[in-house]
Amino acid sequence: MFNQKKFIVSHAPFWHDESKVSIRYYNILLATLPAVLFGIIQYGMPALAVVSLSVSSAIFWELLMNRATKRPVTITDGNAALIGMLFAMLLPASSPWWLVITGTFVAIVVGKHIYGGIGANPFNPALVAIAILTLSWKGFMNFDQALLNFNFDFNMAYPLAAVKRIGSAAAASFSAGDLLLGRQSGGLGATFGLGLILGGLYLILRGFIRWEISFSFLAAIFITALVFHLTNSGRFAGPVFHLLTGNTILGAFFLATEDSSSPVNFIPMLIYGAGAGVLIMLIRNIGGHADGVVFAILLMNLANPLLDKIRPKALGKVNSHA
Amino acid sequence: MLKKLFGGLTTPRIQYIPLEGRLPEPINIPLPPQVTLILDGAADGKNAILPKIGDAVKTGQKLTLVAGGDAYAISPATGTISGVAPFRGEAGQVGTAITINTSKAEDPDDQFAAAAQEPTLDSAAGFLAGVPGCPPLKLFGDPDKPIHTIVINGADRDLLVATHQCVVQSRIDAIAHGIAVLKKITGIEAVIMVVPVNIMGGYGSIGAEVKFIAPTYPSALPHMILKDVLGKVIPAGKAAEDLGVAMINAEAVASIGRAYETGKIPFQKLLTVIKKDGGKVLVSARIGTPIKEIVKTVGETVNEMDRVILGGPMMGVSIFTLDTPVRPDTDALMIQDKAGIPFVSDYPCINCGECIRICPARIPVNMLVRFLEAGQYQEAADLYDLYSCFECGLCSYVCVSRMPIFQYIRLAKFELGRIETAEVTNV
Repeated sequence: MFNQKKFIVSHAPFWHDESKVSIRYYNILLATLPAVLFGIIQYGMPALAVVSLSVSSAIFWELLMNRATKRPVTITDGNAALIGMLFAMLLPASSPWWLVITGTFVAIVVGKHIYGGIGANPFNPALVAIAILTLSWKGFMNFDQALLNFNFDFNMAYPLAAVKRIGSAAAASFSAGDLLLGRQSGGLGATFGLGLILGGLYLILRGFIRWEISFSFLAAIFITALVFHLTNSGRFAGPVFHLLTGNTILGAFFLATEDSSSPVNFIPMLIYGAGAGVLIMLIRNIGGHADGVVFAILLMNLANPLLDKIRPKALGKVNSHA
Repeated sequence: MLKKLFGGLTTPRIQYIPLEGRLPEPINIPLPPQVTLILDGAADGKNAILPKIGDAVKTGQKLTLVAGGDAYAISPATGTISGVAPFRGEAGQVGTAITINTSKAEDPDDQFAAAAQEPTLDSAAGFLAGVPGCPPLKLFGDPDKPIHTIVINGADRDLLVATHQCVVQSRIDAIAHGIAVLKKITGIEAVIMVVPVNIMGGYGSIGAEVKFIAPTYPSALPHMILKDVLGKVIPAGKAAEDLGVAMINAEAVASIGRAYETGKIPFQKLLTVIKKDGGKVLVSARIGTPIKEIVKTVGETVNEMDRVILGGPMMGVSIFTLDTPVRPDTDALMIQDKAGIPFVSDYPCINCGECIRICPARIPVNMLVRFLEAGQYQEAADLYDLYSCFECGLCSYVCVSRMPIFQYIRLAKFELGRIETAEVTNV
């Protein structure tokens, strides 16, 4: 009896599609690379320093929290690295080291681990960090001020701030091609629209992000911007300008689609994306901030649990109110 | 292992793959020196156990734990009883294992032959509940739940299994006879046979309406068949018989047909053996044959830390010893090499939504699993549709965090069932 072979006994199913948390997050990291590498080439060493410090300090905070909460070490799953990467992409390339380390602390500790770690965060951690830094150190997060010392062969005025100041006439000095190819001021990984779109399409095709959110997000920005533009074309810039400036594309493919803070049912995903898109245009056109992506997505994160209650009726569900 | 395809905005679909080409002849497993039967019910002090060690049994002899007891097994061989032991099955099922040392000379018992002169529901329910395929004959006598339709499932429920489609293709005459018997003994005229859409042809005079189902998992599960073929939705927590539909699989119908045709109870169970390399072999083994005999005959080696599964990859049950016998409802035997076993993890749900996309019952699995993890089973049932689940296992299959979702669901239903039983018996 005792020398008989021991088998592995476990519950069905006995197959798995071989997906894995780490595969998912490493692929999203991979998809950020075109835009990040472009930013590093454009801004040089300062950008490389910000990205490296952001990713490494995010992993460090994760390790510290794993140790402090006496839970398994999860730094290899790629989630902390991804949060650090997305946080860096939103920063100006000139950000000082202490800003980066404070930001990743807020992202990992306040944005993620306080709520119980991966899968439990109600807000996108990178956006929580950016929002708090924006409110705390306005000057460092203002692209016109922060990037004052960088001079390239294109208009270095932050497009959204320029439009906010002088109306849609300012948009004329930015061609759509230039904006798409990253010839604009902004976050170090948020300006290269083409690279972000390629990365986003890769993630959608591989099924790592939910296309419904990206689609409704972009569609809502386009429609809302168009409505504003048609109402007052002197004051409000056109939809293409808004799609290609600020953090729009980064938001559509990488920020709004964060797993735990976004809905999973079909209709809620559409509402969530569209709600964020509409809020962004409201903030940009009549709100107090130049770009509204960060706050709009955070607001929709807040609505996510409520939105996700809209769901299809389960098979054979019996109405219990009777 | 099936891999997710690169590309495609839609959910990856998992297909039943039919047997290709000429139907293979099942390998016959010789009569083993010992067979083991499982009877429902405990062999504790309260029950005077009728089968005693040393008793001689004949092939086809009816064995019950207590005189006149409901649960019975039919001895598949002639020999002497060599062991009576308590048996614990899946999810706390209590049974008694009766081991019989077989002898080469078959001595048939003629009780059934006498009863089978004229097919009646009594003779079927009294002798054929344990024939290969396990027909649910108890359903037909229940005055509370009158049955008006019989659905014969000619498709295999789990992936890779070819048992029932093989029966449909090779024993169509026995099935036709079984349908005639079923109609006669139950008085039900509405008989529908469902077969996979990729097994076409040859059902002309079978005596049942033939319908086809899609080759996409889990279309061969009772809930999906009722929804797709009959257009009926089984209410959460109920079964097909609550809607007046009896689901019988093809092998059970063929067994009933064979029994009344020959006057002998059939004991040869058809099984699909899924080898480590994914190859399929059909074998025919007598009920009660230990799994080790089958493993030996098909030439497979089972090593330490491998996994041995009764059933298919999505819904089977893994076993811990090769002495486990073949039972009337064992459709497949799957052996997994230790190198190919995916493990579950204790990662939390990351809310990726893959389970929501794939769930055929449209259950909010992401919310459900959070409640199940916390042990809040009643809330899970009340708020998040625990009982709509018909247990296909796809959520666990696609889970990025590799959570044992299916196991959580089964555990929750089991625990709630225990509470219900306790409440009923306390009244």
